[in-house]
Amino acid sequence: MPTTKSLYGRRLPGYAIATAIVLTGAIALAFFYAPIEVDQGFSQKIFYIHVPLAIVTLGGFVFGGIFGIQYLRSGDTRHDLRSYTAIHQGLIFCIGALITGSIWAKAAWGQWWVWDEPTLVSFLIVFLLYCTYQPLRFSIEDPERQARYAAVFAVVAGVFVPVNFIAVRLASPLIHPRVLGSSGGSLPNDMRIAFYSALLGITLLFITICKYEMASKHSRAQLAALRRNLSEENDEPAAVRTAAPRIAIK
Amino acid sequence: MSNTLPPNTGYVAAAYLVFLFILLIYIAIAATRAARVERELAELLTKAERRSPSDAATETSSQ
Repeated sequence: MPTTKSLYGRRLPGYAIATAIVLTGAIALAFFYAPIEVDQGFSQKIFYIHVPLAIVTLGGFVFGGIFGIQYLRSGDTRHDLRSYTAIHQGLIFCIGALITGSIWAKAAWGQWWVWDEPTLVSFLIVFLLYCTYQPLRFSIEDPERQARYAAVFAVVAGVFVPVNFIAVRLASPLIHPRVLGSSGGSLPNDMRIAFYSALLGITLLFITICKYEMASKHSRAQLAALRRNLSEENDEPAAVRTAAPRIAIK
Repeated sequence: MSNTLPPNTGYVAAAYLVFLFILLIYIAIAATRAARVERELAELLTKAERRSPSDAATETSSQ
């Protein structure tokens, strides 16, 4: 049960500083340390931002599902908040991955989008699937039902993400490069260092933003509780319908 | 040092600028929210002071 103590803001400054250092270092490594790729040339530098964004997006969706399971098991609204935040931020990172991927496709293949490429289309399907998460939450007024239905969605969609990922990798007509895998994914060491640094930086950014979002939502819930305590009985503000989880503060 | 940029520099710059733009939009939204919280807190503080003027007076005199 949420209390009036700071639950989500702990270690947030540490994460923010680590994110700034690692991300800046990763971008520096990508541009000044990693060599220019022979086939694609300079446009391959987009790889260091696009691929970590895509990986962290999918990771965020899977974690959204895991927190959904935890909510269904315990009924603890903190897990609902975590699931909501992971999916919400995953969606924003997904937009970044789609746009940077599209720019990279134009630079490398001469087209903004390739419809017969399974990796791109499946990623778009995952994006569109998660676009329905917010309207689903918003359509349910009762907070308890909202959290429960959203958790079920998060679990089902979260299972779909790795299944979709595996299915795409088993598909044969691939022009999209493989980064992590047994075949075709062998990066030279200097590129690998830059890539893993970027992946760590984007992961830290995701965690920082998620923690900030949760701290922000918690502080607004505390503020609302304070307003309720100070209000006269007939001055009680009406409950506003929202897609975001409602945190109960005693 | 050569003055010519490598080919496709524009695309690379665009991709990184998109990332930066999304991050800046997020910071702008976070700043707006922080300002709203500050405003609401100020309102509540005023309300609390109006509600218990004797307490507020005691606090002021003790400082």
